[in-house]
Amino acid sequence: MKESFGLYSKEVMKHFKKPRNMGRIKNPDGVGKVGNVVCGDVMYLYIKVKKDKKGRSIIFDVKFETFGCVAAIATSSMITNLAKGKTIEEALKISKLDVANALGGLPKIKLHCSVLASDALVEAIYDYLTKNKLPISEDLEKRHEQIKKETEFVEEKFKDYIKMEKEIWNVKEK
Amino acid sequence: MYVVNNSFVIIDLIAGNIDETITSQNGFIIFISKLKFKYIITLLYFSGPMRKVYMDYSATTPVDPRVLETMKPYFLKKFGNSMSLHSWGTEAKEALEDSREKVAGLMNAKPKDLIFTGSATESDNMVLKGMVYANKNKGKHIIVSAIEHHCIIETAKWLERQGVEVTYLPVDKYGVVDLNRLEKEMRKDTILVSIMHANNEIGTVEPVEEIGKLCRERDVYFHTDAVQSYGKIPIDVKKMNIDLLTCNAHKVYGPKGVGALYIREGIEIEPLLHGGGHEFGLRSSTVNIAGIVGFATIAEIQKKEMNSDAIKLTKFRDNLIKETLKIEDSHLNGHPTKRLPNNANFWFAFIEGESLIIHLDMNGVAASTGSACSSESLEPSHVLLAIGLKPEEAHGSLRLTLGKYNTKEDVDYVLEILPEVVEKLRKISPFKRGW
Repeated sequence: MKESFGLYSKEVMKHFKKPRNMGRIKNPDGVGKVGNVVCGDVMYLYIKVKKDKKGRSIIFDVKFETFGCVAAIATSSMITNLAKGKTIEEALKISKLDVANALGGLPKIKLHCSVLASDALVEAIYDYLTKNKLPISEDLEKRHEQIKKETEFVEEKFKDYIKMEKEIWNVKEK
Repeated sequence: MYVVNNSFVIIDLIAGNIDETITSQNGFIIFISKLKFKYIITLLYFSGPMRKVYMDYSATTPVDPRVLETMKPYFLKKFGNSMSLHSWGTEAKEALEDSREKVAGLMNAKPKDLIFTGSATESDNMVLKGMVYANKNKGKHIIVSAIEHHCIIETAKWLERQGVEVTYLPVDKYGVVDLNRLEKEMRKDTILVSIMHANNEIGTVEPVEEIGKLCRERDVYFHTDAVQSYGKIPIDVKKMNIDLLTCNAHKVYGPKGVGALYIREGIEIEPLLHGGGHEFGLRSSTVNIAGIVGFATIAEIQKKEMNSDAIKLTKFRDNLIKETLKIEDSHLNGHPTKRLPNNANFWFAFIEGESLIIHLDMNGVAASTGSACSSESLEPSHVLLAIGLKPEEAHGSLRLTLGKYNTKEDVDYVLEILPEVVEKLRKISPFKRGW
C-alpha cells in the first residue's frame, strides 16, 4: 500500500488511518465546538482538567469528533496528542503551525484545517475557564469572539444536523 | 533485535500492543510492536494481494488492448502528416478519413460533419465561443443547463464577461431539465442551447430528443455534450435533432487527448485555432493520427458491444444502488431509472467525501466525490447543489462509475467495504444518529 496519498504526508495518513483520542468524553470539563467557514468541516473537542501536585491545571484527557476531510481528521488527532498532559497555559500556546509542522506539513489548500483544530482547543479551554469562573485573559477573549463569529456562520449552515444530533443526545442523557 | 513471531499476533491485536501495521503489495501484513528495548515484528500472510477495484470510469478509462494494437503502427511506421503530399502523408490522410467515418457512424452523422479536436473541453469551448462569434448578427443570448460540465459553465461565465447574456437553466431534484422552462427562456436573440446528454456526476440522462425538437422549432441551435454517453448509450444526431455534439475517446476505453465535434452541415462556426487549415479549416494543428485511429477503433468496438455492456452494467449498477441504500441515512443522487448504465451516486449523512474516498482507496477501491474538501475551489459540486442538496449533504457524496472491465466480484467487494468505511467515519463524526 502507498504510504503517502499524493498531497498528504506520511504522518497525516498515519493519523487519518488511526486517529488518536477519537470519541466523546462524558461530563467533560470543557467543550469546544467549531466549524470551518472555508469548506464546512466541523470539529468537537472535549477536555478533562485536573490539578497536579503543584496546583497547575492539567489537561489530562482530551477527545475529538470531526466531520471533515483527511486533513481535518489528522489535525484533530494531532492536536489532542499535543494538548494531552499540558497545562492550560501551555495548551493555549499550541498554534496552527505547531499542528501542521507536527504532521510533517499540510498542502497549502488544507492549511485552514489546522486552524480548525487549534480553534477547537482554544474554545474548549475557554469553555472550561468560563464554567469554573476562572480569569480569562484579554487575548483569549478576543480569540474566542473571533472563533464564535465564524462558528455561528457554519452552525447556521449545519443547523439540521446539529438539531438532529441534539435530539438524539438529549434522549440518551435522559 | 528482531523477533519474528506468528502466534502472538492475535493476542497483541486484542491487547492493543500493535503500534504499526504495514500492508505490502505481495499480501503480507506486517505488525510492529514497539516495546521498551526491542521491536517485535510479526508477519502475517494473507491469501493474496489486496483486491484492486477501479470504479471511477467516468473520470477516465483504461485503453482497450484492441485499440492500442491499431494505434501502434501510427507511432512507428505510419507516422506521416496528413497534410503531406507524399505516400506517408496519403497514408495518414486515408487513416484520418476512415476514422472520421467510424466515429461519425456511431452517432449516425455524415463523416464530413465531424472534426477531431484535442479534447472534449476544446470542443465545448469551440462550440460556445465559435457559435457566439459566428452568429453575432442573430443576437447575444445563450442557454446552458445548471449542471453542465465545468468546461461549459466556465466558458459561459467567460462569455458573460465579454457581454454575452447567459441563462443557466435549473433542473429538478433528479437533475432533469424542465422543458417548459426552457421554452420560456428562449428569446428571439437566443443563438444556442447547450444541454448535456448525460451528466458526469449523477448520471441523469436528459431528454435531448425533445430539447432538440423544441430548438429546431424555434430556430435555435442545439449543442449537446455527449462525453459521458458516447459509446455507452445510443446516439442519433438526426433523430435527436442535434446540431452540434461533443464527445471524446478516453471516457470509452480510447486514448486521452482526442476529442471530436459534430457540426451539422451549413452551421456557421468560428474556429478557436487558426493556422494550417486542418479539419476543413476549423481546427488547425497537425492531426493526432494515432489517437484518432484509436478513437475510431473504439467506436467500431462499442457499436457491437455497447448493448451487452449496458445490460451487464445496469445489473451491477442496480445491485450497487439497492445494497448501498441499505446503509442507514444513505441517499441516491440522480434519477432512479433515467440514468447512465454505469453510474451510481449517493450521499451519506454525517460524513465527508474526501475521507471516504481515501478510506476506499486504502482498501483498493477507486471512486470520487463532489465534496467541497476535494475540490480546488473548496466549493461543493455545482451539480449536487443544483439538484437541491444542502452543502453538508453534498459534503458526504460518493460517485461509483462502472466500466466494461468490472466484474460481479468487484461489485460484491465494494459492497463489503463501503458499509465498513461509512461506519468508521461516522464513529469519528460529531453528528450521528442512534447512539
